[in-house]
Parts: sequence; C-alpha cells; structure tokens
Amino acid sequence: MSIRYGSLAGLATAALVLSAVATSGEELERKGIPAPPGHVFQTIISGYQFRTKETRALQDDDLENPGFLAVERAADVWKTVDGGEGKSCMSCHGEAEKTMKGVGAAMPKWSEKLNKPVNLEQQINICRTEHMKAEPWAFKSKELTDMTTFVRFQSRGLPVAVKTDGPMSPWFEKGKEIYYTRVGQLDLACASCHEKNNGKFMRADFLSQGQTNGFPTYRLRDQRLIPLHERFEGCMFDVRGVPYKPLSDEFLALELYVAWRGIGLPVETPSVRN
Amino acid sequence: MADKPRIKLPKEAKKGEIIQIKTLVSHLMESGQRKDAQGKPIARKIINKFTCEFNGRPVFSCALEPAISANPYIQFDARIDEEGTFKFAWTDDDGSVVTAEEKIALKA
Amino acid sequence: MGAINRRQAFLLGGGFVALTVLPMAANAEPSNDAAELIKKFTGGKEAAKGKITLDLPEIAENGNTVPLALTVESPMTAENYVKEVLFVADGNPNAGVATLMFTPMSGKAEASIRIRLAQTQNVIAVAKMSDGSLFTERKTVKVTIGGCGG
Repeated sequence: MSIRYGSLAGLATAALVLSAVATSGEELERKGIPAPPGHVFQTIISGYQFRTKETRALQDDDLENPGFLAVERAADVWKTVDGGEGKSCMSCHGEAEKTMKGVGAAMPKWSEKLNKPVNLEQQINICRTEHMKAEPWAFKSKELTDMTTFVRFQSRGLPVAVKTDGPMSPWFEKGKEIYYTRVGQLDLACASCHEKNNGKFMRADFLSQGQTNGFPTYRLRDQRLIPLHERFEGCMFDVRGVPYKPLSDEFLALELYVAWRGIGLPVETPSVRN
Repeated sequence: MADKPRIKLPKEAKKGEIIQIKTLVSHLMESGQRKDAQGKPIARKIINKFTCEFNGRPVFSCALEPAISANPYIQFDARIDEEGTFKFAWTDDDGSVVTAEEKIALKA
Repeated sequence: MGAINRRQAFLLGGGFVALTVLPMAANAEPSNDAAELIKKFTGGKEAAKGKITLDLPEIAENGNTVPLALTVESPMTAENYVKEVLFVADGNPNAGVATLMFTPMSGKAEASIRIRLAQTQNVIAVAKMSDGSLFTERKTVKVTIGGCGG
C-alpha cells in the first residue's frame, strides 16, 4: 500500500517544478502538489522526494519499513486494558482503522476544554488520564511514539487538513513568527534552511522543505521513530540555540504552522527519512 | 526482544518455484561502541544469529556482528518443493531466542 | 603528509562532502582486522573476481542504516552451490559485518541486509562455493557526516 505519486503527479503535471540544483549539477524533478493561493510555496513537496532512492525503497514496502514494528506493537496496545476504568482504547474507539481515519491528518486541533490546540500525543494522554484513568505516557517514550505512529498511520494517504482559522489564528501567527525568527549561535531560522535553501546541500545534509506529513518518522540515523517535537528540539539544538520544550505552547504553535506549510500533502506516517 | 517478528512470504507457490522471504525484527543491536552520559561504554547486546529451516531442514542462516543496523532486516530466497512450515529463529547475545513460524502450500 | 596549508585546513574544517570522496580514502590500507578475517575465511587461498554482484548505494543516506543486496551466480544444486559469504567493512572499528550461509534449498544465492558504516570505506564480500573455490567483490560506499541532521 505505497503512496501513489502517479495520481498526484497526474493532477499536478502543469505545476511540476524543476527544483534547485544539487551540488553535482544535476537538475532533479521533484514531484509535489500545487500550493493553494496565498501559500508560501508554489509547489509543496514531501520530504520523501528529497531522500535517496534506497531510502524511498525502505518506505515504499510495508514489510521493509521499520516503522511498522511500532504500528504492530501499538495495534496490540490499542486492544489492551489499562488504568482504573478497566478500558482499552478499543472500548471507546472500536476499530482504529475506521474511527481514527482522518484524525491524525487534522492535528493539531482546537480543544474547547483547554482553550488551546492539542496535538496527537497530547490527545492520547488526555484519553488515557481522563477516560481510562491510566498513567500518561512520557514524551519520547516508546509507548507514546508507538501509539502516535499507529493513530497517524490510520490517516496514511489522506491529505494534511489542519484548520488554522478561528481560535487557531493567533496560534498560527505565533508559529509563523517562530518559523521566521533566527535563533542560536548559528543564527538560523527554520526558513533559512527549509524555505530559502531546500534542494541544496548544507555541508553534507540535503535540505528538504521541512514538511511534517511523515511524522513520527523512522530516522536512519537514530534507527527508531522520532516524534515531531523531538525533531524540532534537535533542529534548535543543532543551531546551538536553547530548544523550546516538547509539547510546549511554542512547539504546538510551530507544529500548527508547519502543518499548514504542508497542507494537502498525503500523510506518510510511518515515513523513512535520514 | 519480545516483539513479534515481521515476516513476508507468499501463502502458496508452485513446486520448484523460488520465493523471496522478507524478515524484520525489533532489536536495538547495541554495538558496544557507544558510551553513556558518564562516558562508560554501553555493553554490546545484539542478535548474533538468524536461522531459517523448512520442514526441519536448514535453508539459510547468518551470523551477525554489531555492524548490522538496529531492527535487523534479513531477506533471502527459498525453493519450494513441497508444502510445509518455515521456522525462523533469532538468537540474542544473552542466549534468548525469538522464534516464528509460517506455513506455505503448494499451488495446484 | 607534511604540514597542511591554510587551504587544506579550511577544507578539513569545513567538512565538505568532497573530502569524504577523495580517492585516497577508498584505496587506503584497511585500518582494522578486515585482512585477518578474510584470511581466516579463505584459509589464505586467493579469491577470484567475478560471480558476485554487491549492491550498495554510492553515497549512503546515513551510515547507520545502509542497505546491502547480494547476488552470487550459482546453479544452487546439491553438486554446485554457494556455501558461505563473508562481509567485512575495512573502515569500521571492527571489520566483521556478517556471514551468510546458503544451502541448495535457498534456490538462489541472494540476500539483503542493512549495515552500519562508520565512515567512507570498502565493503568486501568473499564467497566460498561448495567445491572450495573462492570469489570476491568490493564496493566503496561514501559516508558523509555533518550538516545539521547529523
């Protein structure tokens, strides 16, 4: 069940963009989707397109994709009773394949109760603590990353469809501000690499548009699934800045804004990246 | 190393057909090269052996070193001459073994 | 190599991709036990070139997970089959990577695994046939480090 870019490419033939050249001087055509009017990009391109063919092959096959080890683990946990209420995820949500379809693609979403956006990790813990009376899972824990991957996987192939209007608006603006603010000793903003220089090398790193449609992603470097806020943290650390905390308001705002930058891209969770 | 291994092979094959088997198992494959936050070396702990048998006879096996990536992926072929059961086994440095079985039928 | 000049220091400090693809890296003498492991496997016998196709990326996306595919030409009959294939990496802290054992029931001497490469180096395969003959193949894989993603 690999992503069929053929159909997307068919729709977007008029908008195919010849991307910036790689250092070898080769001109590479990267398939993407036409951005909606008023968007920062002309063509929105998934991180998949910026990786080598060997890496893409790992993602294309569900057995070869190491992210599926997590999907299988969490599929079992989904049915396992946990906490004081004697419930499992399944008790309320039934079959994840049906009820979780589209949920991951629309995250982060507005919470009336908390009066702020919540992302998938937070929603999972809200379910656990409030409805199951179970202990919340720590951020970066195998359990939380596995379940986030499993739930988002149910949206695989569906377009990223996050809402940025209404009460989300100030959070969107905050995220945008963070995206364009230079930080750290290296004095770089997200935009410095992912907007101004995608398709080029920064030392040995080949820069993508910095899209988040594949998170949590299996990183070849770490040989495990990485949740989005861990990657945000890593990027800030890499520019020798002081990272915001995972699940902080800043990272929630940034997650919302960056999801919009990839609006319409198919969810690829669990993706494989470097 | 308690997770279920992931295995892919056809459910049936013609007599004499050579099939491809894909396996993926969850394991850190701690190389022994890494150091912890205090600078102390983290002990090696890897899957050092993988074996595949068919109807009790060896088909393919390998001895693995720490240079194998985490979550070892092993893909190989097998010629099907009769129906039967594949038995797979992954052995950890600590002696524990994870096993799995898959059946295959002969196509008429 | 004598004292390096400023230009060389700049290149080294800059960690340019180009540095890791200099030919000298590939032809350098192995710095680990690669030669010993090969000698132990071959019993000192010479291995001929041929029969082995070793598929590795020219430039690894990341040295921690490098896909490797092997094909050895052989009828894989009881009289004539590939018995064992040794893989070593001559630039890793330890050269040993894996030893694959085939049988006639394998049907084809083909396999795929994923390996860790600490730096640009050669991956060497040595195949031992059922009649004792030996074949070898090597591939250079460029491994880059640096940038922001690691």
